[in-house]
Amino acid sequence: MVSNTEKHNGRKSRRSLSQDKRNSIAGYLFISPFFILFAIFGLFPMLFSFYLAFFKWNGLGEMTYNGFNNFTIIFNDPVFWKSIYNTVVIGLMGTVPQLIVAFLLAYALNSQVLRFRNTFRVAIFMPYVTSIVAVAILFSIIFNNQSFGLVNSFLGLFGVDPIVFTQSEWGAKIAIAAMIFWRWVGYNTIIFLAGMQSISNDLYEAAKIDGATLSQQLRYITLPMLKPFVLFTVFMGTIGSLQIFTEPLIFFNGNLRVEGITVVAYLYRDAFESNFFGTASATAIVLFAIIMVFSVLNLLITNRLGRGKARKA
Amino acid sequence: MKDTTVNQPKKDSKRFILYGLLIFAGLVSLFPFYWMFVMATQPNHVINQTPPALLPGPELVTNFTNVLGQIDFFGAMLNSLIVSVAVTAGSLFLCSLAGFAFAKLKFKGRDVLFVLILITMMIPPQLGLIPTYYIISQLGWLSDLKAIIVPGLINAFGIFWMRQYIKEAVPDELIEAARIDGCSIFRIYWNIVTPAILPAFATLGIIVFMNVWNDFLWPLVVLQDQSSHTLQVALRALNDSYSRDYGMILSGTFWATVPLIIVFLLFNKAFISSLTQGAVKS
Repeated sequence: MVSNTEKHNGRKSRRSLSQDKRNSIAGYLFISPFFILFAIFGLFPMLFSFYLAFFKWNGLGEMTYNGFNNFTIIFNDPVFWKSIYNTVVIGLMGTVPQLIVAFLLAYALNSQVLRFRNTFRVAIFMPYVTSIVAVAILFSIIFNNQSFGLVNSFLGLFGVDPIVFTQSEWGAKIAIAAMIFWRWVGYNTIIFLAGMQSISNDLYEAAKIDGATLSQQLRYITLPMLKPFVLFTVFMGTIGSLQIFTEPLIFFNGNLRVEGITVVAYLYRDAFESNFFGTASATAIVLFAIIMVFSVLNLLITNRLGRGKARKA
Repeated sequence: MKDTTVNQPKKDSKRFILYGLLIFAGLVSLFPFYWMFVMATQPNHVINQTPPALLPGPELVTNFTNVLGQIDFFGAMLNSLIVSVAVTAGSLFLCSLAGFAFAKLKFKGRDVLFVLILITMMIPPQLGLIPTYYIISQLGWLSDLKAIIVPGLINAFGIFWMRQYIKEAVPDELIEAARIDGCSIFRIYWNIVTPAILPAFATLGIIVFMNVWNDFLWPLVVLQDQSSHTLQVALRALNDSYSRDYGMILSGTFWATVPLIIVFLLFNKAFISSLTQGAVKS
């Protein structure tokens, strides 16, 4: 009897020792594909970009050291600054009204009395399932320069002359922002709706008993409770806006004009149309820096608001 | 009783605003699809007139035949399908395997490595675009679908998602019991973990499939031969064609959009919750 338990214990400890080892080996093995692939197609290219930003290279010939010249070149290029300006302006035009409308739609979809809720949800979400390329092609033709374009013929009803969208400072931006708005508004509506549905009804009931008006409920219950969802959509909208590329490329049909060129489109044109890999890498570094600034800013804001809430609680 | 009668007109106007807003939003969402279909059925001389046609015309077949003369539509669709299925299947396997390791296995440096994976999510893909292109060309993978599939298997979000799910969905006791029965760790993953996380597979699968199917910048850069084009790259080529035949261009765009829309309509609940769940939960 005694010897039996001893044997059992002995086997158990020996087993768990080898178990730990087996666990480690399997663990490392299971996560290794990510790290191997990331080293080749993620980390190395990233570091190489920083290296390349200081060299002159056309992708084929020799690389020659160029110091900070690549940065000087792009910083002296008015089109580079224009691309940053366009990115910010188009981003704001495509995101800010979109989030406001998404909030209103989510509020409507969350209404207790609403029927056909899922039909509305599906209709509003459908643009998101469409590819950006398809959206961009479709909207380029809707915003066609000629008088037969859908938008121009609509404006024609009010006696407005046809707008040459691709050559108009604001026309180009409005067209591109419209693509972003249309594709994303339903997505953000569903995010806000999920947030609203997570708010307990008791809160509203209590507020109603206390005599709170609808706008007070909105201001003191809905908005504060939705904060994490708002922060998420703002964050994703910001990062997404900084990377706008497909819409202008398709809209200008390859001929990227200054009215709507974005930073990523500027980078793409430099690298893959002109073979200036050095300056394109410098642009990539600047873009990376901008995105990092916004990411850190957002993390700080999120943390701060999170802490504020914790203190209150 | 008295209260409700007083409130009735107010309630009605509220309802009117509610439905008005949603019907308007629904129309704005759906009208471009309808108009795309109308244009795909019209000859160019109808498209070029004001006011624009708002009802379907007779050229449905002609326009699509013209598309086939311009790009290899079905070849591109097949390429898109191959790439999307391969990346989705591969990512589901690799992400769940890594997620399982991070959730249930103990090894040195586990938490640090997991944080590292989360940090990689913050790097914008454009940063390494040029060197990655160079690596792909050195490997001889330009115009080869491998150029999309292999780098596409890197999915930090997928690992994060799977780890969170496995942590909650698979009880430790179950794994311990299998271990005592002498199951190897991979057998535990295969026989116990995977059946328990089928919903997570569905969610992540929809997200990855959609992303790969709709991806544009990277395929545009590396898929140079027409025979290797995915649908998105082929559509761009169609849009760039010299003749501005809008009926043809929108015919190609419409038929490229239809398959995913049908799948979406059939599984709309799963699609909507999957595509937004990732956002809501993290």
